[in-house]
Amino acid sequence: MELILSIYEIPLINALVKIVMILVPLLLTVAYFTYFERKVIGYMQIRIGPNRVGPRGWLQPIADAMKLMFKEIIFPQNASKTLFIIAPIISIATALAAWAVVPFGAELVLAEINVSLIYILAMTSIGVYGVIIAGWASNSKYAIISTLRSAAQIVSYEIAMGFALVGVIMISHSLNIGDIVKMQSGSGVWGWYVWPLLPLFVIYFISGVAETNRAPFDVAEGESEIVAGFHVEYSGILFALFFLAEYANMILIAVLAALLFLGGWLSPFEQVEFLNLGASFLAGPSIIWLFAKTIIFMFLYLWFRATFPRYRYDQIMRLGWKVFIPITIVWIYVVGIMYYMELSPWFVRV
Amino acid sequence: MRALTQFFKSLFLLELFKGLSLTGRYLFAKKFTVQYPEEKTPQSFRFRGLHALRRYQNGEERCIACKLCEAVCPAMAITIESEERADGTRRTKKYDIDLTKCIFCGFCEESCPVDSIVETRIFEYHGEEREDLYMTKEKLLAVGDKYESQISKDRGEDASYR
Repeated sequence: MELILSIYEIPLINALVKIVMILVPLLLTVAYFTYFERKVIGYMQIRIGPNRVGPRGWLQPIADAMKLMFKEIIFPQNASKTLFIIAPIISIATALAAWAVVPFGAELVLAEINVSLIYILAMTSIGVYGVIIAGWASNSKYAIISTLRSAAQIVSYEIAMGFALVGVIMISHSLNIGDIVKMQSGSGVWGWYVWPLLPLFVIYFISGVAETNRAPFDVAEGESEIVAGFHVEYSGILFALFFLAEYANMILIAVLAALLFLGGWLSPFEQVEFLNLGASFLAGPSIIWLFAKTIIFMFLYLWFRATFPRYRYDQIMRLGWKVFIPITIVWIYVVGIMYYMELSPWFVRV
Repeated sequence: MRALTQFFKSLFLLELFKGLSLTGRYLFAKKFTVQYPEEKTPQSFRFRGLHALRRYQNGEERCIACKLCEAVCPAMAITIESEERADGTRRTKKYDIDLTKCIFCGFCEESCPVDSIVETRIFEYHGEEREDLYMTKEKLLAVGDKYESQISKDRGEDASYR
């Protein structure tokens, strides 16, 4: 026992254990997110969804993963083999690396850095290289065209998303996600940043959907119209890596929405007098609240996919550049005015 | 004015929320899925599935090799060769249906003057090679012998509509 504890004291081992503690649940969540995606979309289309593999279909994601792992990796003729392999690695590495700074509680964070918000934006931006290199290395005209489209889409929505986050930074005086959550505490649900930043919040989440190339902005994928997008030529485990990266990014966007706008691990019953809830364990900050809020946003992704028809490509670009960016800029001014008026409980001068 | 209301409608995403509420309602609606191997949808007695050649009750085959079915078959899936049997009647020497060509239109059954070629309710069959889906006279007669009770019951139910 003491030996184990002393090994745990070694910084490298300590960090590795923490990384595994984040990544294993994350990858399991991704696996079961795909299962719930198929289930929820099925239910919304009055179907049942997968229910054959294991009881109620619970083993379906395991079966899918097994299939992808044992499938042959096919390299297209004249493809650049090195780049072909590097591309999905970049995608998955950046998607997972971004999770390093995500705080799960007041003290529960792998890497406590003061610019964690910027770090996450930087990591998701580097993720675009995975897409671009994949399309280039495939040596296929479909892949390269789709790469251009989805890379352009990701880059444009990153701007709207960044502007939406400027509001959060202004209001909280911090780039540290943990501090941003702490700034929202103290006045219950009303202290959360959704209320003063409502338009920015909506734009943030819609941009997040567009940035992860999800429905209704999934022209790059477009499974009912075209083949598959930038990863047409990929099969087996290399395709699985892209898939994992996409879903890890989706969950990341959902967690960030919960952290930055909905008070993260703070309880909605913080200040509630009703039934003495304010004194019970429900009122305390806990990781369960963070998960509950994240799951709401993850469900929204599926709900959107089951509801909205796909946007046309030029409409996507119009929405990003001509609607979202102007609205965010206007609302940044409004935030400035609110800041000047010291609107409580959100704005405090430092 | 109209443009203004339209502007605010799209700004507040009203129509999108309408769509979301619709799919949200269907999330809890009763599901229509039929769990196929365990559950099955009801079948008509006119169902057109696997073909069969019938016999009379005394065991004599019905087909008289008139070749009407061969003539009417739009997919040209039926091949018939006939000969004179020892008792002087005209019978088929060969009666083949290529199920990979057949479109299951039921014309052969309609055209048959002696109700010999029929389409049964069987649809759960398969072939592991093309040969398996090439029905010869022996195979067709075997199907007819096996399912005769079902076939005659279905014809009986259909009789009053003819």
